[in-house]
Order: sequence, then structure tokens, then C-alpha cells
Amino acid sequence: MPVRVQTEDFDVSRELAALRHGDARVGAVAAFIGTVRDLNDASAVTTMTLEHYPGMTETSLAAIVDEARTRWSIFDAIVIHRIGELKPLDQIVLVGVTSAHRGDAFAACEFIMDFLKTRAPFWKKEATPSGSRWVEARGTDDDAAARWDRESGARG
Amino acid sequence: MHDTATASITVVYLARLREAFGVASERVPATGSASTVGALRATLVARGGVWATELAPGRAVRIAVNHSVAGPDTAIRDGDEVALFPPVTGG
Repeated sequence: MPVRVQTEDFDVSRELAALRHGDARVGAVAAFIGTVRDLNDASAVTTMTLEHYPGMTETSLAAIVDEARTRWSIFDAIVIHRIGELKPLDQIVLVGVTSAHRGDAFAACEFIMDFLKTRAPFWKKEATPSGSRWVEARGTDDDAAARWDRESGARG
Repeated sequence: MHDTATASITVVYLARLREAFGVASERVPATGSASTVGALRATLVARGGVWATELAPGRAVRIAVNHSVAGPDTAIRDGDEVALFPPVTGG
């Protein structure tokens, strides 16, 4: 169950192949890739710089994956999150999940992303033509994470 | 003058808070005024200026003790690492 924080880019195909390598129980691989947009809150974004809290980041990501394992029947998962300066089109984050059937893989992948966005200690700072600014947390992300609390019983 | 070791905690500031305070981390005496997360925050607010502004009650500040999310009543002990940061924005 690898969790990695790194400055360098990642190869999605290679990472997903490694995730399911040699495991013939796997019938479903779900993946999410987050990328840098060139527009946010009506401002052009020239670069985005990501920082994190070393130590807590890895601990919190591992805890999120562990939580996903208790909720769904999944075989393995990978989370890769980049830090440092990124440009529009760059890949930011990869979440990959393997399971026997697609329902568990889809749900666990979305759950991990929703919790990553609201719990893992990463912060984005955008450079725009009018200066740089820290990205503000969105209430919609909290809503997305809270949704799993309400649904946990039904999905159990 | 004795070389008595002073009990202290490490306080880490991240992202916007680090830039606002102009400091990434500092040692703070682990005395009565910093025995809980809430007490530590009040001590920092009492510095005034940008500290009072950024950490004012009602401002969204997340606090972790030894890498675990903490609440105002969470105890702080000698040697702990306490981190203050804005709501997270990764992904």
C-alpha cells in the first residue's frame, strides 16, 4: 500500500500496472488523476506551488487508505501526491485502487480523494498575473467528505 | 545559574501562517499557559499584531499535536510537536 509524496512527475500506466502486478484476483482498477488548471476563481494561473507537512502527510494518507479498506473490499491502493512548483496541465495527484468488482474500486477511490482533500496536510499557492495567493479551502470539499459519513451505514 | 533543562514544545507554522508570522517553527516553554492546544493558541494571540489577527477565535485554524488533529482541550506535553495551519487544500 504505497503512499508517496514527491516533486517528480509520475507515469500513471506504470503505477497502475505495478499496483495490480501478478494479482489475478483483481477484476477492477479505478484511478483518479488530479491536474493543474489554468483558471481558478476567475484568475489565470501561471504556476501552482504545493507544500505539505512532512510526517503528518504520510500518516494521514495511510490512515485514509486504511479507512477505505475497512469500508470496502479492496486489494490494494496507491496514493501519489506531488509537491513543489507545478504548471497548468501538470499532474498533481494519483489515487489507484484494485478490487474484484468495480463498485468497491470506484467508491474507495472517490472516498480516498474526498478525504485527502479535506484531511491530508497539503496547501496550494497560485501565481496569477495579479500576484500570488493561497488557495482557500472549499466548502464543497467538506460537503463531499461529509457525504461518506451519511452513506457509510447504507454502503457498509 | 543552573543549566536546568527547560521543558518546551516545538510549534510549527505552515503555509499561509508561516508566511504571515515570518517563522517556520519555534520552541515555546511547556508551562501552564501552553498545557493545552487552546491555552497555547491564547498565548500566541496575546502576542498581538498578526498573531492576534490570524489566530483570533473564529478564524479557521487547524492544529495538530504530534501529527494528529487536535481540539482545544487536547493536552500538550514536554517534547510535543504542535503544528498550526490553515484548512488544507491538496488534491
